[in-house]
Amino acid sequence: MVKWTDFERATIQDIFSKIDYDVVGPAALSRCLIVYPWTQRYFGGFGNLYNAAAITSNPKVAAHGKVVLAGLEKAVKNMDDIKTTYKDLSVLHSEKLQVDPDNFNLLADCLTIVVASQMGAAFTPHVHAAFQKFLDVVVASLRKQYY
Amino acid sequence: MSLTAKDKDTVRTFWAKVSANAEAVGADALSRMLVVYPQTKTYFAHWKDLSPGSAPVKKHGATVMGGVADAVANIDNLTAGLLDLSELHAFTLRVDPANFKILSHNILVVLALMFPSDFTPEVHVSMDKFLSAVALALSEKYR
Repeated sequence: MVKWTDFERATIQDIFSKIDYDVVGPAALSRCLIVYPWTQRYFGGFGNLYNAAAITSNPKVAAHGKVVLAGLEKAVKNMDDIKTTYKDLSVLHSEKLQVDPDNFNLLADCLTIVVASQMGAAFTPHVHAAFQKFLDVVVASLRKQYY
Repeated sequence: MSLTAKDKDTVRTFWAKVSANAEAVGADALSRMLVVYPQTKTYFAHWKDLSPGSAPVKKHGATVMGGVADAVANIDNLTAGLLDLSELHAFTLRVDPANFKILSHNILVVLALMFPSDFTPEVHVSMDKFLSAVALALSEKYR
């Protein structure tokens, strides 16, 4: 089981209470599709992903970004057992969506960058470390059911 | 994933905005790398103080960003321009090249938090490609 320090727990709750899910979700997903264009392979039905402007203004991308953040919120609310919380999501990503799990790290990196740009200097090295640990646990839990 | 003419322009333009703060960027990136990815501390066991913003961290952050500035100046031929640095990293420092990716990520995070409106997705992709190309040039002499 993952052990969280008081600082880490408080930091994660604090970050997610402050960010606007409707801004951060779409920003992180669109950034991922722009910076790592091969990730677009999973979004064939989303319409125009031709360039950065198209991706940023694409309503399906924005809607899906919010879905992703809603999924992350489950982990924020169940920090002591993210593995069990994400069992069905892991099966979904493995068996139905067939997402290469290395992509989880790419999206996580984009999310970190979006959160950093929102928080500025408040995103100190120690806050960053707590956030990275949280994302590492989320990614590991999403990988768990792959075989 | 080589640098297009557009990438090079984007990097040069963005670097012009950033370079005055290069030392601060370097210090923050190195500070947070040592905290967020503690395995990287193994390369700095000889420093007295590895805490964020310490004197050796600040000094070394500036050194690293000096290397990045050199890379920007040599963007048209990174392998040739960074040859000496590659030999240094390969034969003397022997830094595992996987760590270049880690430091690059931390540099990007600092750029995002210090220049949020300039660090657009388009700038992000060009800078990520650039730092990857720098890492590749640094790895050139390893084997």
